Amino acid sequence: MPGKLKAKIVAGRHLPVMDRASDLTDAFVEVKFGNTTFKTDVYPKSLNPQWNSEWFKFEVDDEDLQDEPLQITVLDHDTYSANDAIGKVYIDIDPLLSSEAATVISGWFPIYDTIHGIRGEINVLVKVDLFNDLNRFRQSSCGVKFFCTTSIPRCYRAAMVHGFVEELVVNEDPEYQWIDRIRTPRASNEARQRLISLMSGELQRKIGLKVLEMGGNAVVGYLQCFDLEGESGLVVRAIGTACTLEKLSNSSAAAPPACNSPSKDIKEPPFSEDPNPNTHSSGPSTPLKTQTYSFSPSKSYSRQSSSSDTDLSLTPKTGMGSGGSAGKEGGPLKTLLRQQTQSALEQREFPFFTLTSFPPGFLIHVGGVVSARSVKLLDRIHNPDEPETRDAWWEEIRQEIKSHARALGCHAVVGYSESTSICEEVCILSASGTAAVLHPKFMQEGCLDGYSDPSRLEEPSPPSCGFCHIPYDELNIPFPAHLTYCYHCRRQKVPDVLFTTIDMPAEAAVTGKGCLIQARLCRLKKKAQGEVNATAISNLLPFMEYELHTQLMNKLKLRGMNALFGLRIQISVGENMLVGLASATAVYLTALPTPGGIQIAGKTPSDITYEQHISNMQKKINDTIAKNKELYEVNPPEVIEEVIGSPIPEPRQRSRLFRSHSESSDEVSELDLSHGKKDAFVLEIDDTDAVEDIHSLLTDTPAPAGFYSCNTEIMPGIYNWTSGLQMFTSVRVFRLSNANLTNQGLNKIFNDLCENLLKSLYFKLRSMIPCCLCHLNFTVAVPEDELIQVAVTAVAMTFDKDQAQENWKLGADKTHMKAIVENEEQLQFPLELCTESPSTNPFSPCRGTGLQESANAHATPRASSLEKASPLPEGRSRSLRSTRSYAGSTVAVVKMTPLSFIPGTRIIKYLGIINMFFIRETTSLREEGGVSGFLHAFIAEVFAMVRAHVAALGGNAVVSYSMKECVFMENPNKNQAQCLINVSGDAVIFMRESELEATPAPPQTSCSGGEVTT
Amino acid sequence: MGKMSVELDVFVGNTTIMDEEVYQFWLDGYTVADAVRVRMEGGVLQECEASAEVLHSDTMDQFRTFQMCERLLHCPSKLANQLLFQIPPHRQAMLIERYYAFDDAFVREVLGKKLSKGTKKDLDDVSAKTGITLKSCRRQFDNFKRVFKVVEELKGSLVENIQQHFLLSDKLARDYAAIVFFANNRFETGKRKLQYLSFQDFAFCAVQLINNWTVGAVDNMVEDMDVDLDKEFLQDLKDLKVLITDKDMLDQHKSLVCTALRGKTKVFNEMEANFKNLSRGLVNIAAKLMNAKDVRDFFIDLVEKFIEPCRSDRWTAGDIKLFLTHYTNSVHILDTFKHQVVWDRYMGVVKSCILKMYHD
Repeated sequence: MPGKLKAKIVAGRHLPVMDRASDLTDAFVEVKFGNTTFKTDVYPKSLNPQWNSEWFKFEVDDEDLQDEPLQITVLDHDTYSANDAIGKVYIDIDPLLSSEAATVISGWFPIYDTIHGIRGEINVLVKVDLFNDLNRFRQSSCGVKFFCTTSIPRCYRAAMVHGFVEELVVNEDPEYQWIDRIRTPRASNEARQRLISLMSGELQRKIGLKVLEMGGNAVVGYLQCFDLEGESGLVVRAIGTACTLEKLSNSSAAAPPACNSPSKDIKEPPFSEDPNPNTHSSGPSTPLKTQTYSFSPSKSYSRQSSSSDTDLSLTPKTGMGSGGSAGKEGGPLKTLLRQQTQSALEQREFPFFTLTSFPPGFLIHVGGVVSARSVKLLDRIHNPDEPETRDAWWEEIRQEIKSHARALGCHAVVGYSESTSICEEVCILSASGTAAVLHPKFMQEGCLDGYSDPSRLEEPSPPSCGFCHIPYDELNIPFPAHLTYCYHCRRQKVPDVLFTTIDMPAEAAVTGKGCLIQARLCRLKKKAQGEVNATAISNLLPFMEYELHTQLMNKLKLRGMNALFGLRIQISVGENMLVGLASATAVYLTALPTPGGIQIAGKTPSDITYEQHISNMQKKINDTIAKNKELYEVNPPEVIEEVIGSPIPEPRQRSRLFRSHSESSDEVSELDLSHGKKDAFVLEIDDTDAVEDIHSLLTDTPAPAGFYSCNTEIMPGIYNWTSGLQMFTSVRVFRLSNANLTNQGLNKIFNDLCENLLKSLYFKLRSMIPCCLCHLNFTVAVPEDELIQVAVTAVAMTFDKDQAQENWKLGADKTHMKAIVENEEQLQFPLELCTESPSTNPFSPCRGTGLQESANAHATPRASSLEKASPLPEGRSRSLRSTRSYAGSTVAVVKMTPLSFIPGTRIIKYLGIINMFFIRETTSLREEGGVSGFLHAFIAEVFAMVRAHVAALGGNAVVSYSMKECVFMENPNKNQAQCLINVSGDAVIFMRESELEATPAPPQTSCSGGEVTT
Repeated sequence: MGKMSVELDVFVGNTTIMDEEVYQFWLDGYTVADAVRVRMEGGVLQECEASAEVLHSDTMDQFRTFQMCERLLHCPSKLANQLLFQIPPHRQAMLIERYYAFDDAFVREVLGKKLSKGTKKDLDDVSAKTGITLKSCRRQFDNFKRVFKVVEELKGSLVENIQQHFLLSDKLARDYAAIVFFANNRFETGKRKLQYLSFQDFAFCAVQLINNWTVGAVDNMVEDMDVDLDKEFLQDLKDLKVLITDKDMLDQHKSLVCTALRGKTKVFNEMEANFKNLSRGLVNIAAKLMNAKDVRDFFIDLVEKFIEPCRSDRWTAGDIKLFLTHYTNSVHILDTFKHQVVWDRYMGVVKSCILKMYHD
């Protein structure tokens, strides 16, 4: 028996009235794990039962511990008829299996029912005693830590990054089993919830085993998704990056302030301090100065290839490894290094990394975005209950991604993710990432000792621009590319535009601030079935990608910027349309050339009014560019002159079409999607599409004053975050009521939809100004024939607009930041889990909206005025406070954020992964406030359950939070609706920077397993 | 547009977003459309370059949120312990305080009435009369009733009980105590002659009555101590009748008061002429209070028997105060009068009530 699970049911509260006659409930609890069930006594006639049960003990294999959730069912005892279920709580005990995570789960959990929602709360205690297990054939992977965070978690150090891990499990979807016809919706929902919970556990265990095999101890950037394939099954799949993490010891307390700023990454001890003897030490934090080789295909990899093209991966075109293209300046060292890295990576089938930001020195060059899509028919799966077919599909796509990366002279793919879109029997599989060259130091043990410090031999290129330098062979670019010498170091070649899926490296040099850019597109398609449908979709995909990229490029230029980070392109399939949404954060990278403008040309210069029209439009565009440059503070220093002897004295006014790759199971015709050989980026407006493009370009309204937005973790150009924090989810569904829509009409609608949603967000969050919406993550779906659904999860964070970025950049002016943090401090809810609030009222009354998660950043000056402005008379708050402490709130404040950190704080402990799946259904839609009322309540319930689980683990925040799935279905005629939501994140304990400074020791205790309990 | 319609639109923050202005519209029973209109007129649009659509969406979201919170507001202590909405404590306090706040115009309509279904049915009349939306009237009525039900059977101070169970401010808790007290004793406040009195006038009187005339004024550990009048005391009030039935005592009382007031008031003659009427009025009110029916008429009696006669003789508030002071104190000099304690307990309250009520 490798483990003993112990659970104790303490009490319940706010239970629903189950007996109408007495207005009371006779509640008892069933505690189930695996096939063992215990029951508490019935606590008669109470809505606040005190069971105080004994410890229920389950002796189980650790394999089961990983797979199974603890199931707690609250029931109402009924002497004469069957007991009525009140609701359930599923507790994932995985966090208790790792010695470094939580040690006890204790707290109030919402009792959840798939039909009624939350029905009261139950207080539960759970512990696990693990026995050492030396069985080498074990099936469990207890102790492997999982992180949703797509960077090295803040209180760890990566000793090794092993690479890609993936797994996929399949099961029959309970909703499609024959038994579903006779069971209640509740039973069916619960079967599904339980199954997905089990499958998630199994998946995690299997991935853990792979990690152990690779010698790692953790998975970072863990991304789990489920596919509701319908008849063919229910798939849960996950990808991640296996690592060996080392806990930063108490030095973390001494380390520079961490979580609030990327500066930490810069200051982190360089490799040479690496205590692990196996890893080489490579001196200064900008180790890799190999740059002299210049490889070259343009990053704008615009090939259209069919699946047969995947043999690219076997025959690297760019001559990597052969050394032949190592470039004129390349020394032997570089070649060596490169070969080593390659060999390190080539041992892996897929040199992919789900990370989006990296330890300093890890990312050497970035080639550009690589992506692949494939259309599959679910009803063609031969053996739907087995994972083989889907494994093969993903394998195929990954191979393609790998080959694309190679074509860009890169041996690795970072910021890698996979997704699907399913409509009936058609499924689009998508994968994308950023081709990159990585430093081998994190990937290989001990092999680099001889070359530990290349920078001694070569002049290093600065970290602020090195990643922009092209990794591909300049002489062997399959596509037109415009390379110039880096505007930052002048030594290496850079492309004129750079697209990536990763976060901007913290050390990158930028000019001005960034902004969110979206390309939006709808394409109608005929309703069809099977192969015909798949072919139609396959044929549409390349056009959609082309247009999305054109839009992105146009919008990028319109903002006077030259790079995209966090690029995410989603194409969703519906019965009669495809919807594409590309989001990215645009910035002006100082290392890259100033982008040219957009030039409009009429095809046939005819009459004067036409010319007039064109020149008006041109003027508008030029004005917009100028305005944007001012808005985003894009004022690059004047370029004195091209470096003499620059081999590429080309005109800068040109744009290259960035192409990703589209492929389907069906044949795809070859397309020339580049903009040809024109010297300037010209939009011809005879083309109706182009007119439309221009209009949509100019109708994008900038964020209102005081607002910035980005879809990356943080906004390039903003460094001085304060502590105002508000995570939110917004969902909109639009019904297209007119069947005679054109593509243009549809585009306009979709565009307005996204724009209006953004405007609503700005309005809602206006009291937080100045603030930035970070990690704005749009998800689009076509749930039914005439419906488009857009869901957004993001966090609004306040910042201090007065602080000059230079202060931060130099890393010198920490004091300013500290002062801000300390001021806020007095306004925070204390870490202790009682919510007694400080008397100063941190919420801004100015607009009467309390938005901030906790405190307003600029609170100190405002706080005093707040009290005055408070509608409540003086004596009152005092008496209220006393009353409140009497009432004794037990609810801990739990912050949630999609980012990996919380400004002004340091994460001192990771408690485990939160990965929850809920179904909610109603047969009284109108009574619950219609679809909006239904979903509003459900999302609030999901938040509440996440917070409760985090609090029970002893945490006070969940970071890297995401809502990965929100599947909404309605049938208004039947007064019914159903929704499935899948959320994930990392439960953590954070402490304010100032608290840490006041008490130098605390991280020590926390790290060694101390926990915060209620 | 016309080609699309918003089927679903929700926004949920980890910290629940609430705009106090919008909350007030909701409390006031506005429809979403009305609230949007008023907000637009208020200029909120300029604030953030929003459109009417944006405002509508925001208003809908918040109205929904408030509706979901309403169940919790019915039992405010739950608000602090619930898990569904993460609301900082001071915002919770705001939500509760505003939810239980009421309109003076409304409370004047139902003050002293039985908080029954019948009264609730008449709320549309109240709504029409006061201009307060029916929805808001219902909320206010239900609040009164809910507070009444909870504290009805509790021991201890009425105000403290209300505060503990509903987490209200001192001020609001005192107002609710008055409402509960009036409802319990069914004081008549709606007669035309009482229309000039505000809720605050009555609330002041309620405090006087609660502090001096209830069971709790003598024993603070009984049930209903602050809600029910002290029966023994009411019984004892009958003994005061001697002040008007004993002719000697009445004359002596009058001459004592007249001596004290001579030259000190411009309405001396009117006072002298009216003394016996006024004294009979006040003492008769006292003597009748043992009948529940007459308790209800306490305020109307004060007005008819005392305030109106004085007003028609143009007494000033100063005159009233002077008179009542000496009227009360002179009794102490009557050696044949044996009920000084009851007299003081009675007149102390009557005097402060009259002084509060004596205005236009």
